[in-house]
Amino acid sequence: MMESKKTKNLFLNALLLVVVVGLLWWAPENLDGYKIQILNLIAIYSILGLSLNLIYGFTGMFSLGTAGFMCIGAYVSSLLILPEMQKDMIFILEPLNPILYGAHAPFVVAVLAGGVAAAIAGLIIGIPVLRLGGDYLGIATLGFAEIIRVVANNIPTITNGALGLKGIPAYANLWWNYGWMFFTLYVMYRLVNSNFGNALKAIRDDELAAKAMGINTFKYRVISFTVGSFFAGIGGALMASLLTTIDPKMFMVIMTYNVLMVVVAGGLGSLSGSVIGAVVVTVLLEWLRFVENPITLGSFEIPGVPGMRMVIFALSLIMIILYRPEGVMGNKELSWEGLFGLGKGGKDHE
Amino acid sequence: MTGQMFVQHFFNALTLGSLYALIAIGYTMVYGILRLINFAHGEIFMLGAYFIFYTGSLFNLPWVVGAVISIVLCALCGIMVDKVAYKPLRDAPRISALISSIGMSFLIQNLAIVVFSGIPKPVVRPDFFVKIMVIKGVRILPLAVIVPVVCFVLVLGLLFIVYKTKPGLAMRAISKDIETTRLMGVSVNRIIALTFGLGSALAAASGIMWALRYPQIQPLMGFMPGIKAFIAAVVGGIGSIHGAVIGGLILGFVEIMTVAFFPELSGFKDAFAFILLIVILLAKPTGLMGEKIEEKV
Repeated sequence: MMESKKTKNLFLNALLLVVVVGLLWWAPENLDGYKIQILNLIAIYSILGLSLNLIYGFTGMFSLGTAGFMCIGAYVSSLLILPEMQKDMIFILEPLNPILYGAHAPFVVAVLAGGVAAAIAGLIIGIPVLRLGGDYLGIATLGFAEIIRVVANNIPTITNGALGLKGIPAYANLWWNYGWMFFTLYVMYRLVNSNFGNALKAIRDDELAAKAMGINTFKYRVISFTVGSFFAGIGGALMASLLTTIDPKMFMVIMTYNVLMVVVAGGLGSLSGSVIGAVVVTVLLEWLRFVENPITLGSFEIPGVPGMRMVIFALSLIMIILYRPEGVMGNKELSWEGLFGLGKGGKDHE
Repeated sequence: MTGQMFVQHFFNALTLGSLYALIAIGYTMVYGILRLINFAHGEIFMLGAYFIFYTGSLFNLPWVVGAVISIVLCALCGIMVDKVAYKPLRDAPRISALISSIGMSFLIQNLAIVVFSGIPKPVVRPDFFVKIMVIKGVRILPLAVIVPVVCFVLVLGLLFIVYKTKPGLAMRAISKDIETTRLMGVSVNRIIALTFGLGSALAAASGIMWALRYPQIQPLMGFMPGIKAFIAAVVGGIGSIHGAVIGGLILGFVEIMTVAFFPELSGFKDAFAFILLIVILLAKPTGLMGEKIEEKV
């Protein structure tokens, strides 16, 4: 019975993969650039959501540093893929550091380097800051992200200061983004369903009890934070190449809030929830643009209100937390049994 | 650096520090009672600046009347924020209220952009605030003296309320043990509303004076001072009103003096507060005046 279920799941997973790959073939030919951009953003927000969910949803560490790690990943990877000619063109006020000027790497290496740089930053900040608990950690990581941004704004020989980097090669297409997304999903799935993941969940649920059970909670927290930072860096690197232009302003706290919204909407402690959250948030953010355009209802004309989009977005965040704090998925995972209504809902992360 | 320059920087630091202190008190009071970082507090500060701007420019009210109206409106806004976003979540996990407060901050910011427009507005300042006085070669704005004095008076008033009145007693009781206080027949929700009202009134006072000191207002102006004042509250020891004042002053001095002594670092100005925060948290996790937190087993 168990075996057949496993084979069936494997089969359905393979089928899903085939469908997604087929969709990725089909999309560039048949969809317009705007829709493809949204699909790309969904993949990147999924990676970012998964990264924050590991730190916050599974380990219970309230971190508000996502934007800072993204910033590091974005700059490191962009500097590695920018052609020298483009570097000459954008660094006009102050020349680029010669070491960075000559540095080049293929896209996949550049993105990895962005992730590794963010992970190292995560380790360095994590060791001192993770001694703090709860809210202090949130404020300290928020502060760290803000420091990164201020520094990026003030080292023109590396980051080109407030002008940012332009003309970053647009390598991040659907294939790369969804490839990285599935890689992230796979790593996260293996992580949280291992002994390591059980330790994380124990720390989340009751740190003192976990400590009493002999778990080195500090070590686990640092590793979880570092891995989460790695994927935030990857997300930042992909986003830089997707948008082809970055500047320090892009990585303000609002970026972290968007990712937080993905996690909260999808469900804390649910991997599939993060992906669903990414779809909901990205589509909502785009779809809400209609409120800023004039609407004609019969003979009435409602003028568009600029800025209204973010008001509604903020309201939805409050509504979700007030009326459905567990998000779409809670801490459950989407599963085939749940989908077909065979089992008792999704698999629980307990 | 000459002595005169130093005195000028000293007054600038004192002004900025007092403004931070007033906002920090609001954080510390709410955190002391609900264990909640009220991210929307910086937005109340911003509203204070806007209300004084509009009472002056739209209704041509005298400046003092405008200030009083602005403070009252902000206190009401603070109470509203509590009613809408935090009260339904009193029994929910603390993190829910925290996310709700992030949403609220986000909402007020964007509402402000819609209502007031995102374009920065110049604030017209009454002459007597900005007529520069020259004392022994030191050029001082009257504001640089008025702000610390007003701040001092407001803090004294607050301390009187918290330590000498019945509602103040209830506030202190709630911060120790909310359940027991409820059992003693205290209307907890009313006291919490009062706390939000008082904290928001102080933030409004700070916002008004901020608009006079740095006479340009825009909808996102509350974010940075808000976060920095929170840092001030943590540095001083969250939950302690004295701590918030001390933390605010320290932050003001660190920010102004570092830039004064090392002008080449002025681009990094906004990072100093965070570095100070991380250093203090590592050395003394509960802040300078903080109480020891026992871990509950």
